[in-house]
Amino acid sequence: MKKAVLKKYRKKKNYKLLFYILPFMVFVLLFSYVPLFGWSIAFFQYTPGASLSAKNFVGLKYFRQFFLDTVDMSRVLKNTLTFAVLNLITMPLPLIFALMLNEVPHKKFSKFVQSITTFPNFISWVIVYSLAFSLFSTEGVINSILMGMGLISKPTNVLSSASAAYWFQTSLGIWKGLGWGSIVYLAAISGISQELYEAAAVDGAGRFRQMIHVTLPGIAETFIVLLLLSIGNFISVGFDQYFIFQNPVTLKKLEVLDLYVYRLGLINKSYSYSTAIGMIKSAISLVMIFGTNQLAKKIRGNTII
Amino acid sequence: MLRKTSPARMAFLVVNTIVLGLITLLCFYPFWYILVYSLSDATKAQAGVTFWFKGFSLNNFVKVMELKGIGSAVFVSVARTLLGTLLTVFACTFMGYLFTKEEMPARKFIYRALIITMYVGGGLIPTYLTISAYKLVNTFWVYVVPSVVSAYNVILVKTFVEQLPASLEESAVLDGAGAFTVYRWIILPLSKPIVATIATFTAVGHWNSYMDNYLYVSKSSLNTLQYLLYKFLNSTQELTKMLQQGDTSAIHQMEAVTREILTPMGVRMTITVITILPIFLVYPFMQKYFSKGIMIGAVKG
Repeated sequence: MKKAVLKKYRKKKNYKLLFYILPFMVFVLLFSYVPLFGWSIAFFQYTPGASLSAKNFVGLKYFRQFFLDTVDMSRVLKNTLTFAVLNLITMPLPLIFALMLNEVPHKKFSKFVQSITTFPNFISWVIVYSLAFSLFSTEGVINSILMGMGLISKPTNVLSSASAAYWFQTSLGIWKGLGWGSIVYLAAISGISQELYEAAAVDGAGRFRQMIHVTLPGIAETFIVLLLLSIGNFISVGFDQYFIFQNPVTLKKLEVLDLYVYRLGLINKSYSYSTAIGMIKSAISLVMIFGTNQLAKKIRGNTII
Repeated sequence: MLRKTSPARMAFLVVNTIVLGLITLLCFYPFWYILVYSLSDATKAQAGVTFWFKGFSLNNFVKVMELKGIGSAVFVSVARTLLGTLLTVFACTFMGYLFTKEEMPARKFIYRALIITMYVGGGLIPTYLTISAYKLVNTFWVYVVPSVVSAYNVILVKTFVEQLPASLEESAVLDGAGAFTVYRWIILPLSKPIVATIATFTAVGHWNSYMDNYLYVSKSSLNTLQYLLYKFLNSTQELTKMLQQGDTSAIHQMEAVTREILTPMGVRMTITVITILPIFLVYPFMQKYFSKGIMIGAVKG
């Protein structure tokens, strides 16, 4: 009898549930879907307060401008791609870090290292900037130590050095994300069957060869998934970091796509052009994300998103 | 099988430990530096602090808390973090649970409509115009309301609830319990790990956010701590720049700052320490839920 009641309960559509879920979906509608209508301003010469009418309709003007504006775009794309490539090159670092942690015989030490190195992931870029400023500015501790040792004669400020901008920002990203990035690999390592290590040991493999032949293959799949995800997100290198660290000297190196969209829209007040570029960026991202997802399906027989 | 440690292995372990130790130091030192600087005597600290206090003093903290705007910024930051986290946790856990119920009409359609928002957004200007149209600009609500529903968190909860034993819910249903009762008295208590995960990550996100303040709120009584710190970092930068150019008016300004709040560097670091403190306090708690928070690869919509 019970089963019959349950079956009936499951089959019958329960309209009360809609009553529960719809209030929440109103938020989704208001804050995620309504803004999409704002895309329409990309086809008009929009000024705040004015209404969209046939008079200021410009069609694809702003989309064409994106492809014609070679001076700005080549600079912005060069910055974006440079950071994207640097991020890709440094992707194995958390994996190597996880391997190193895994080799530590004292669990307490590796837990300690992990705790300290993961913490920077949870502070904002504002805080990172404040820390960097305290350390690297002309009055910062690094300069005073180097001056004290007589290694340099006058303070140099790496924060406002355009030539150091690329590697400095990438290093900050590594500093902030290394520990956090290694957790997923450590989780994968802990999932590797102990029997595999024992079998390798019986075959005469030392710790090093166990690492190469057992641990590494065990986390390779995780690495490939993350690699595919980051390829999918290739042009989304982030906004916060560059927004906060930019200054008049470094802007020409730190101006990535998202920062450019921001500056065009809210600093230059080119609302329509900024929206158009944002749309082009979203379109490219979507294609890349779902493209890599299909690729993942082919390679692994399983999608990643 | 235990093997005797070979010399090569021994050498590797030593190098490994040293490298890991250096990386740890690199992550630790910036925090330590601002802590000892902010707890040092402000005038002595100007001569340079490296590894240890120079004349221990709580003066920086006392003076900074007296600064105009700091008290209210702390209050706004705490309020948005508590309220925002509460709302998000309630919305995402209840939604996640509801989406596990097959008897919901149009369940797949509604769920997909939610998931799409993870990949498609209006972008900066359209979102800005929408928020303005809702008259949320310069209100406290702009901090909490737009971010109430997070598709990613809903997925986390849905996946978690799906692997709970169905029998528990079924017996309650047989006793005539409605969806909300089941959620409140059965699902929520069983979902503690995922609730804790979402709560801590949402709270840290709220505490760290400054962009909504920067974009939508210009009323100084609604400033958040992060934004105030950001503003302060930039304004001292400008002050120093002006000083280097020998602008006398800036020197006067600097003197005013110095008299009132000791040194700009000290103040900046003290606010930074205050801003990091809450994160530091919840950090041990968060560590318990790391692995659940990074299910990114494993979780699918």
